[in-house]
Amino acid sequence: MYTEKVMDHFENPRNVGEIENPDGVGQVGNPTCGDIMKIYLKVKDNVIEDVKFKTFGCGAAIATSSMVTEMVKGKSLDEALKISNKMVAEALGGLPPKKMHCSNLAADALQAAIQDYMDKQEKK
Amino acid sequence: MRRVYFDHSATTPVRPDVADEMCAFLKENFGNPTSLHYFGRQARKEVEAAREKVAAAIGATPNEIVFTSGGTESDNMAIHGVAMINKNKGNHIITSAVEHHAVINTVKALGKEGFTVTILPVDKYGMVSVDDVAAAITDKTILITIMHANNEVGTIMPIKEIGSLARSKGITMHTDAVQSFGKIPFSVEELGVDLLTISGHKIYGPKGVGALYIRKGTRWKQSLFHGGAQERLRRAGTENVPGIVGLGKAAELAIRDLQSEAEHLKALRDRLIHEVTTKIDYVKLTGHPTMRLPNHASFTFEFIEGESMLLSLDLKGVAASSGSACTSGSLEPSHVLLAMGIPHEIAHGSIRITLGRDNTMEDIDYFLEIMPPIVNRLRAMSPLDQETEFAINGSCDACKAHGSCKM
Ligand SMILES: Cc1ncc(COP(=O)(O)O)c(C=O)c1O
Ligand code: FES
Repeated sequence: MYTEKVMDHFENPRNVGEIENPDGVGQVGNPTCGDIMKIYLKVKDNVIEDVKFKTFGCGAAIATSSMVTEMVKGKSLDEALKISNKMVAEALGGLPPKKMHCSNLAADALQAAIQDYMDKQEKK
Repeated sequence: MRRVYFDHSATTPVRPDVADEMCAFLKENFGNPTSLHYFGRQARKEVEAAREKVAAAIGATPNEIVFTSGGTESDNMAIHGVAMINKNKGNHIITSAVEHHAVINTVKALGKEGFTVTILPVDKYGMVSVDDVAAAITDKTILITIMHANNEVGTIMPIKEIGSLARSKGITMHTDAVQSFGKIPFSVEELGVDLLTISGHKIYGPKGVGALYIRKGTRWKQSLFHGGAQERLRRAGTENVPGIVGLGKAAELAIRDLQSEAEHLKALRDRLIHEVTTKIDYVKLTGHPTMRLPNHASFTFEFIEGESMLLSLDLKGVAASSGSACTSGSLEPSHVLLAMGIPHEIAHGSIRITLGRDNTMEDIDYFLEIMPPIVNRLRAMSPLDQETEFAINGSCDACKAHGSCKM
């Protein structure tokens, strides 16, 4: 049902954990729904220096979270802002149709984290 | 890799003895039981022998057994058939919130055709209360359909009490015994039911075959299938002879071995439940602690999601199942767990282990060895813990998937 790539990211997720004093944090989903993704960012000179995630959810939720962190690490914020849920799913070689909306929220979590970073910058 | 099958409530392997008997009816004994000639007669003889075996297994007479394509058809046929013929008597049907979809969706469909439906709640163990059934009965009640044992949480319902209540009120009673048959001893007399469903593939028989017991004199009529006069007008269609032969053999063996199997399974189950609930934190047994099927252990693991546990187990060779939304094919976790009052966030973390005759204590040991690291790994990845579990806004508006989610 899942591609090899999904299973690889599920078994060996990249960048799991939290960042202390993150520059931005984003969270989407809720426990009622069955999926929550939380993404932490460390940003320096508009580049994502470090990114970590924590996810409650199914195999697809964990794999997409892992994938999105891999896709944006070292990228500029401008590049990261272009990443969509669809691109994450494609990078994983696709997801089963019924997983496309509910468990494919990792890019949303990323965008929320970037937004949080930008809001904080504005306040400074 | 070690492979451990722990999903016997989903289906079971066909026993070699059963498969052997069936084989002849795929090959040389291929006749149509309705045919007059030798080939037909041979097939007829074995279909009737199987009917006797199934009847004996539940304490019925052979005339009261109708072969079907499985549990789903038996449930549909039982409920629809009683509803249609009793229309002039009343239009009220009583069922429970934890029934299999084969029952609940059939009853709901009738609800759209002018029948009134009462779906009884269950307690935290998944048990229907006899008092609730009594209170729900009206002078329009024509059918009570409540399962004998629940497939998701293993709880055994007080069918004997409900059956005698139904009888005292002159109401037809059906029970889905797909999960209990062959696992706990019963007879249709003892349960006091008028209709009872069984399925072949849950008792080490083949898939696609089952039976419906219809007590002599029950106001029931075939109302779904139109066709030939097979099964004494109760089920049209050429009999699935290999399947029926397999069901008969499987039923016979299941009853023969019931006592020793139940003891074996209980020993495994009790150790599994004890170890899982003491060795792993934030785990709860779902279903009744004692009134449960001998092979059934089901749990909720907090802060993690069922499908990710199943995938992790599968990677280690262990096959189990879950009532989480992600595995059900819908976005809702199991209706059974929700009906028991288990919150969504916890129902998502459900796992069901259903044991079978080939499982050993070594299988249990293996599970106990691999499960704690799986739980630890997933919990370490989870943003939830005992503080945040219910603190995160549980409203749909906060959730991006809203719109596709049916809540
Ligand atoms: C309680 C119950 N009823 C009915 C069924 C359906 O039986 P079948 O698969 O033979 O249609 C099942 C099996 O999933 C079941 O567990
Ligand atoms: S909780 Fe799932 S979309 Fe709302």
